[in-house]
Amino acid sequence: MYRYDNFDATFVAERVAQFKDQVARRLAGELTEDQFRPLRLMNGVYLQLHAYMLRVAIPYGTLSPRQLRKLAHIARHYDKGYGHFTTRQNIQFNWPALADCPAILSELANVEMHAIQTSGNCVRNVTADQFAGAAADEIEDPRPYCELLRQWSSLNPEFSFLPRKFKIAIAGAPHDRAAVKVHDIGYQIVRNADGEIGFAAYVGGGLGRSPFVAHKIRDFVPKADLLNYTAAILRVYNLEGRRDNKFKARIKILVHEKGAEAMRDAVEAEFARSRDPDLVLTPEIIDRFKSYFALPDLPSRPVPAQNFEGRRAQDADFAHFASQNVVAHKVPGYGVVSISLKPIGGIPGDVTAEQMEAVADLAETYAHSEVRVAHEQNLVLPHVALDDLPALYDRLKDSNLATPNIGLVTDIISCPGLDYCSLATARSIPIAQRISERFGHNGRAAEIGELHINISGCINACGHHHVAHIGILGLEKKGVETYQITVGGAADETCALGEVLGPGFSSESVVDAVEAIVETYLKVRKSRDEDFLSTYRRVGAAPFKEVLYERA
Amino acid sequence: MALYRNGTFAADSWQRLDAAQELPAEGHVLLSLAEWQKLAPIKRESNVAFGVLLEPGETAEAIAADLSRLSLVAITFPKFTDGRGYSTARILRDRYKFAGELRAVGDILFDQIQLYERCGFDALEITDPVTLGLLEAGRKPVMTHFYQPGEGAEVRDSSSPWRGRAATSATA
Repeated sequence: MYRYDNFDATFVAERVAQFKDQVARRLAGELTEDQFRPLRLMNGVYLQLHAYMLRVAIPYGTLSPRQLRKLAHIARHYDKGYGHFTTRQNIQFNWPALADCPAILSELANVEMHAIQTSGNCVRNVTADQFAGAAADEIEDPRPYCELLRQWSSLNPEFSFLPRKFKIAIAGAPHDRAAVKVHDIGYQIVRNADGEIGFAAYVGGGLGRSPFVAHKIRDFVPKADLLNYTAAILRVYNLEGRRDNKFKARIKILVHEKGAEAMRDAVEAEFARSRDPDLVLTPEIIDRFKSYFALPDLPSRPVPAQNFEGRRAQDADFAHFASQNVVAHKVPGYGVVSISLKPIGGIPGDVTAEQMEAVADLAETYAHSEVRVAHEQNLVLPHVALDDLPALYDRLKDSNLATPNIGLVTDIISCPGLDYCSLATARSIPIAQRISERFGHNGRAAEIGELHINISGCINACGHHHVAHIGILGLEKKGVETYQITVGGAADETCALGEVLGPGFSSESVVDAVEAIVETYLKVRKSRDEDFLSTYRRVGAAPFKEVLYERA
Repeated sequence: MALYRNGTFAADSWQRLDAAQELPAEGHVLLSLAEWQKLAPIKRESNVAFGVLLEPGETAEAIAADLSRLSLVAITFPKFTDGRGYSTARILRDRYKFAGELRAVGDILFDQIQLYERCGFDALEITDPVTLGLLEAGRKPVMTHFYQPGEGAEVRDSSSPWRGRAATSATA
């Protein structure tokens, strides 16, 4: 993985010193809250419902065991013993004291981490496919390009006060696991007709109160031009994006109002006349950044993996875990293992300090010291020999981390909701917990098959409900929480926004409504091979509307 | 209000003129974009040094053809969170090679000073008393390492072409 050089280390140390001074000036009354807010946000410090919240950047979701242990330490010493992984592959601590934040940032700097630009109207953590560098279907590892973008966008003087936040994602495989089409910029790594590898550029996607699927504005951006092309998009947005209304300030609104064609023309014109030679990525630079993310030296392992196959044949629970949580690795004899942070009835994405330390130990023992964070709020061990999987599985079980539910109805994405967030209008976590309990027993989730449920506690859509197979949006109507249900959304390469089924449901009835939708799906699917999304795309919303609203 | 130019406080010789006022025979005169565009070509050739004040939404392109006649371009930041002026400044410096004074006016605060300088501003009009106090006390921005090429006194770091360091720290 990327290792800081002296330059990076000095940069982060200076940034910590700068923020320490800003906090001191705020506490001394020399900065108003209005003046301080953007400064603390650009260092990851939010003021939440009950306390400050610190969001720590995990660039493109890649962590070392040492870093994970530091996060565990911070959870234990500055928080209440746990952290919360987010849909931007970051981690949030919900209870730090403002005065402690500079000390926490110093501790993070010791393990080459920071909280820079995890909030604010600037370029946020660049996210990537959580299986990057390991997946069998990958064209190229997106992380070297994420790191290049991270560096170039860090404290970029031109783009630190954009109209609104700006999110970039890069997917390295044709199967999009990074949700690039719901980002401000999504780059999909592609191979062109000449066999060269570059990026298809999507602009103007996003969720929130006005969801849009991004428009493709270029089929192929050569690697050399990645930074200059990104700069051109950002400059057009910085100058033309709306600043009169924060709810219309994202680039998706600019693209929508200007039109995708006009946006493309403006970006191309800017790109053509502003190309900065210092930002051109030479083959030498690209090779250097690729070397930081080189595949670890994976010893050859027997195929088929006898230890793995043997356990699978005699242990149904293990076999279920292997089929649900393990995908193919590019090296035969290895697998990519997802660790679900969605125990049945638990809080999605929450992890205790002890669990973080357990995962750090397991990564060192079984996974070449690499850990990933998935935007679905799970963890990943990207390089595991299949023959080590039985031992790994047993140890995951010991830490309550072996829930075999990746991609199933109980693998719910949820925002923190009204239990933590000052913007939320309804609770999300308790709904996720109840749905998980409803489907989480007696093999019911496995029988249902792949089905993504996402829950947001307000229209800002941090839980990505629009792109869920079943999406739940918590609203407040006359002082009462009400939950609107959508179906048919997708965040992958077939990206689509869900369709609202009808009036919302109360907190008491929403889980029954979800169950009615699932039962309807089970009745109308052609076979177990036709998953929920495929079935919806065949039959439409009508059967689901009928069961919810016409049989009262 | 005080003018902070190239890292030190300086006297401001520029006079803001509105539509009703007569153009002086010489001196430094700052006009709005509209007033500048209305100014007869013959008057543009006078002994006066001209500057134009761009408001948010007014672009560098609007004065691109006139830059050889302008000694000052001032750019308004109505709120420190409105970052349009940073791009306008970079376009003036990078694309149009404007070499005159580039001045930021409006809600200019201590914590953004380095951003202004790195986008090519060499002068800041400051009204915020806390910012003035910090600068009068000799406080300087702390960042010396930058991940992108910037304007001003910076030298390229050997590690990557887009990395730079403050010139004062380069020998440290």
